[in-house]
Amino acid sequence: MDMNQYLSMFIDESNDHLQSLNESMMGLEANPEDLSIVQVIFRSAHTLKGMAATMGFEDLASLTHQMENVLDLVRNNKLRMQDFIFDTLFKSIDALESMVEDITGGGAGKADVSSIVSSLQAIVRGEVPSASGAAAEVTAAASGNASAAQVFLDEFQYSVLEQSLQEGHQVLYVDVAIRKDCQLKAVRAYMVFDLLERSGEVVKSFPSVQDIEQEKFDYGFSLYYITQKDASEIQKMILNLSEIDAVTAVALDQESLRQMGQESAATAEAVAPAPVQEAAPEAVHNASPAASVHAKEENGKAAPARAGGTPSPSRTIRVDIERLDVLMNLFSELLIDRVRLEQLASEVQNGDLTETVEHMGRVSGDLQNIVMKLRMVPVDTVFNRFPRMIRDLAKSLDKKVDLIITGADTELDRTVIDEIGDPLVHLLRNAVDHGIESIADRIAAGKPETGTVQLRAFHSGNHVFIEIEEDGKGIYPKNVLASAVKKGAITQEQAGTMSDDEAYQLLFAPGFSTAEVISDVSGRGVGLDVVKAKITALGGNVTIYSTPGKGTNFSVQLPLTLSIIAAMLVRLGSEKYAIPLSSIVETGIVKQSQVRTIHGNKMLEFRGSHIPLVSLSKIFSIPDYDESTEEETEIVVVRKGERLVALAVQDFIGQNEIVIKNLGKYLPEVQGISGATILGDGQVALIIDPNAFIK
Amino acid sequence: MAEDIKVIVFKLGTEEYGIEVEKVQTIERMMPITRVPKTYSFIKGVINLRGVVIPVIDLRGRFGIEEAEHTDQTRIIIVNVNDMEVGFIVDSANDVIDLNRDIIDVPPDVVGGIRAKYLDGVAKIGDDRLLIMLNLSEVLNKGEIVQLESLEG
Repeated sequence: MDMNQYLSMFIDESNDHLQSLNESMMGLEANPEDLSIVQVIFRSAHTLKGMAATMGFEDLASLTHQMENVLDLVRNNKLRMQDFIFDTLFKSIDALESMVEDITGGGAGKADVSSIVSSLQAIVRGEVPSASGAAAEVTAAASGNASAAQVFLDEFQYSVLEQSLQEGHQVLYVDVAIRKDCQLKAVRAYMVFDLLERSGEVVKSFPSVQDIEQEKFDYGFSLYYITQKDASEIQKMILNLSEIDAVTAVALDQESLRQMGQESAATAEAVAPAPVQEAAPEAVHNASPAASVHAKEENGKAAPARAGGTPSPSRTIRVDIERLDVLMNLFSELLIDRVRLEQLASEVQNGDLTETVEHMGRVSGDLQNIVMKLRMVPVDTVFNRFPRMIRDLAKSLDKKVDLIITGADTELDRTVIDEIGDPLVHLLRNAVDHGIESIADRIAAGKPETGTVQLRAFHSGNHVFIEIEEDGKGIYPKNVLASAVKKGAITQEQAGTMSDDEAYQLLFAPGFSTAEVISDVSGRGVGLDVVKAKITALGGNVTIYSTPGKGTNFSVQLPLTLSIIAAMLVRLGSEKYAIPLSSIVETGIVKQSQVRTIHGNKMLEFRGSHIPLVSLSKIFSIPDYDESTEEETEIVVVRKGERLVALAVQDFIGQNEIVIKNLGKYLPEVQGISGATILGDGQVALIIDPNAFIK
Repeated sequence: MAEDIKVIVFKLGTEEYGIEVEKVQTIERMMPITRVPKTYSFIKGVINLRGVVIPVIDLRGRFGIEEAEHTDQTRIIIVNVNDMEVGFIVDSANDVIDLNRDIIDVPPDVVGGIRAKYLDGVAKIGDDRLLIMLNLSEVLNKGEIVQLESLEG
């Protein structure tokens, strides 16, 4: 079997399983008595092992196998979860992750896991001295030379099996191994089939019946079998034939059948030359998860309910992101032409033309939605590894930290997602290491001993904000300045004139650290410059808000990099500007008399509160318009997070889909302008960045 | 003999300047320019050149020469230097000549120095025509703009 074509599937699924292992372990740690979580973990580990063994990654398989041994004891109430067990299991998951990473990178997935394996074995031995150790060895030996087999059920066979179950028949999954010295194995196989057909019906076999007849199989085969007899009886019957080495017959119920159906793509290891007594544990470890549960049933233990079940895999294809870029660019061109066509059609006033253009408009609207969605990925794909990271970090620092994640479904462009992970890891480590105080300090400061780190993602205007806020000790601008002066970064005079915000910005200077003791986790400042550089490179920005004694908030602003947005076009004199619709709260008209001056700033009463009124004509020094000469002014109220600002404009032109173009490399960052777009008449209009007006 | 190069010749006032032809993308007639606020005064704004937004500089302004009214002859030369696309507004552009590198002399040390930085050399063509070869990287170097602006101010 050519494994390469399955490799990417294996990698994807392994990552999914590792992620679910991590999540479930976190859940279990919070709730150690919940055995249903153990089941979930066991199932993930088990599937992972099966896949790894099939793909020939034996280190991966043997490590997962050891984990299973421990988990098996736990779910059978033979072992209570304890801290050191959690730690060992987490370590195992880490080792698995690095192996999968190695495989992803083209490696063989080899790793020295002997120390973890031996500590896992120690855990197992601690409770049950010999039995499972022996089973483990058998299985390890078996998985080495067992031939890989896949048993797929198609929909028809599946429904036949299901129906038979409903009608009260037994559905068995039978594994038969023929002795290696057997001369006429096809005949033996025929005898088995013949025997089975006498008291039931073989629904599906692997290899297929034809292949078996032509001896196209190794010394074993598996089959689905409907009968009235029970598993042990069938097992005995087959064993009575000569030259049969081993038989396992496992009864399936509806639930496990469904599982098999869903996992028809998953592989089941079968057929091992092991004696019958040991075939049962063998099946537990090497067959598909469904079979494993039922082997347990045979041993007289009730199969615990399966929570959740495996989610049905979504059907996907992988596309080079560059192709998506090209698609996006082509679509942008199309959109500009569409706007132009719409304008021409409205000039020509031909009914048929207008109708066609309108239809094209609707189609391209749908197309646009699809094209944009293709590139968007929820930030959850980055966030999901953080709970585990924070847990480990808090543990190693002897702190208590709760991580609260909100807005994980916020979507960001794929390229941004790929880059944002490391900076966020850094900021989170900083938050836990330097932000949150030690338990003693927190109690002394009258705070709850468990610190909170909030990780928030939300949309605002043309941007996505990711905020990391902790309730730790906060940053004292005084200390930052003192440290900067000591390092010679700024002079004493400069320090005297710097605002708090400017002081915080110093933290992002290269090589700057205010931490008195730099721990191995992070030294605040060391690397913050890298964080800043990375985020800036993505077109984003980092801002620090801190209240000494209360906590710190690192706010990361990222561009959506949606290259097409809905915008409102406004006129200011002879110039046209576009304001992203997503940041507009509402539009309106205010009389000059409604504008108040508070402390030199123009303010406006808006829905019961006062918001600043910003004169775009002044900020952009527009030559031929000034709203202060008018009786009434049109305003656009824009929002960044919770904060609002009113922008004064001359006229509203209308709403349009616009394609964002950058201003070219030459132009420096223009404050208040986020880019440009090409209007239907071929002219360039600048896009206003409302966030720039809100501090 | 050194190699021949092709040079686009354009005029600012009475002086003639040259840019190597490989660095020039196109030469366009004057077109509507969208002003970009809060930037240097010699940056006139951005244009839409077949779907690409390109910033446009008035070369007169860049060199500290008084800016002139745009006429029928006014052209925008689109250059591509260090992956930056920029348009130069010039009084006219109407010649392409072959030039041997040998006849390009190092620029004379002009008093005041700043303008000399933008020059790659001076070539004497014909009897009394001097062609000033531009150093485009320096023309587009923004680090120096601050210095220039403060001198003007």
